[in-house]
Amino acid sequence: MTTLLQVQNITKKFGGLTANNDISFEVKENEILSVIGPNGAGKSTLFKMISSFLPTSSGQVLLNGERISNLKPHIVARKGVVRTFQETTIFKSMTVRESVIVAQHLRAKASLAGYFWGTSAAHRDVEDFGSYADELIAFLGMSAIADEQASNLPQGNLRALGIAIGLATDPKVLLLDEPFAGMNHDETMTMVDLVRKVRDERGVTVLLVEHDMPAVMKISDRIVVLNFGEMIAEGTPREIQNDKKVIEAYLGSADDEIGI
Amino acid sequence: MLKLSKTQWIGLAVFLGAVFVAVPMTIAAFGRTDLFFTLTSVGLLAIASAGVWLTFYIGRINIGQGAFALLGAYVSAILVTKAGMSFWLSLPIAGLFAAFVAVLIGLPILRLRGVYFAMITLVLTQVFTLTALALPITNGAKGITSIPLPGELSLFGITLIPDFATLGNPRVAFYYTTAALMVLTFAAMYRLVNSRLGHLCRSMQQNEELASSIGVNISYIRIIVFAISSFFGGIGGAMFGSIAQSVYPSSFQVADSVNFMLNCFLGGLGYVFGPMLGTLVLYFGWDLLFEFGKYQLLIYSSLLIILMLVLPNGLLSMKIPGLSPKARSGPEVAGKKEEPGQ
Repeated sequence: MTTLLQVQNITKKFGGLTANNDISFEVKENEILSVIGPNGAGKSTLFKMISSFLPTSSGQVLLNGERISNLKPHIVARKGVVRTFQETTIFKSMTVRESVIVAQHLRAKASLAGYFWGTSAAHRDVEDFGSYADELIAFLGMSAIADEQASNLPQGNLRALGIAIGLATDPKVLLLDEPFAGMNHDETMTMVDLVRKVRDERGVTVLLVEHDMPAVMKISDRIVVLNFGEMIAEGTPREIQNDKKVIEAYLGSADDEIGI
Repeated sequence: MLKLSKTQWIGLAVFLGAVFVAVPMTIAAFGRTDLFFTLTSVGLLAIASAGVWLTFYIGRINIGQGAFALLGAYVSAILVTKAGMSFWLSLPIAGLFAAFVAVLIGLPILRLRGVYFAMITLVLTQVFTLTALALPITNGAKGITSIPLPGELSLFGITLIPDFATLGNPRVAFYYTTAALMVLTFAAMYRLVNSRLGHLCRSMQQNEELASSIGVNISYIRIIVFAISSFFGGIGGAMFGSIAQSVYPSSFQVADSVNFMLNCFLGGLGYVFGPMLGTLVLYFGWDLLFEFGKYQLLIYSSLLIILMLVLPNGLLSMKIPGLSPKARSGPEVAGKKEEPGQ
């Protein structure tokens, strides 16, 4: 498998506090890689730097060898690295279908003025957006709630909507921000299957940040472990489970929701 | 090009018929030609308010439209009086100039959100007024007066618009011109809101972070929208200057900017035609309360507060049984009550 995304010596400092220190790893094409770590390990900061929502203090992120860190989020999205958010970040008063249609912005071929004047290219786009939205919604099993307003959806559906919005941009890499947070076991397993399906059937590489250990063990091809801003381990779920440093970090944190 | 339902076509026909035929005929029948001037003012304020509404649509509270109206009025007045330009050419130039200035000002200030953006725009009107007082070209407090009426507009020798000075009552001509401009403005707004730019604005209004994560260049869209908004302000202001045949630094003040915003609130931020209705109601509401003398402002403000409490989404959100919502478009305002389960 070829390397798609490279995180090279990323460091982030907030004043005197080092949130991430010299972190390097690679994401291979079509794999699911999880970044885990106890609370405050610097997962979210790393996630934001990869999606350019935060600038790095030093180091860089490369996509196919091209730097994508320290740009603007919309440019990173344009290059094919798209993040999702936790459930509160949605288009509240749009329906599922409207959200997925508007999220196809990057697939638009006509100009904004073209839409205003109603050129034939714009008409083709609008039809294409509609049919692609229906296809994606069906793919994610959301057809029954396609015309529901997002603000009325329960949490599990909101996560799926977040993924639908991300997928609508035709990304190369989908960055998922704690996709299992606050979910019960069944919901988590449904979500695990959904993320797998996205990778398997749409050929999207997935990088996710999460602290639900059982889910991460189940879903990931490889795992990167952070602790206090440092990267302490990298490997397959089996390797991570038996890694001394990881066990120490988690036992030391006395975090009993972690099920190693 | 425009896909309208049958009710929408009927609504449009009724509206155009009222504006261009019924209202002028009624006014003529009752001999109240002063109403032409009043309605022209309403139309022009509605055009400027439409711009403010558009900035609301990207989630920014704009209390600075007075600044761009003043700018448009001065640009047109200066071009007509000092450069001898035709008013009809100066009108689009005034709008474009206001849009250009909006881009320059918008670049730094559109990053701000919520109350910070609102405060800066509020100050903007004051800054423009003071600038007009200070600059030699705007002639300070004396302003620019005796602006000639709009001349003839002809294309290939065919007179499209006659010279206003030759007309018996230029106010009627101003009424029709304004009505045409207002119809154009709101048609463009309707189209814009229902086109891709409108959808992107909606996505930004609801969540800027998510919008940028799907690849929307939010700062670019903000600038475009603010420029269009100010274009409408400039056009409205330029027409006003031409009707009054004078422009003073006090022609558009902070209070006017606040009114532009109130027009949008009152009509409904979720409806394209909200600012038009809001302007009409607010303008006539104030006049109708004139009889209450010193209590005018008190009653007026109390009514506004009550209206906002009862109809937080504006007058157009009122449900009238049996009447289909022809003028509705766009989302409910974020953060306000939403209709359950549609």
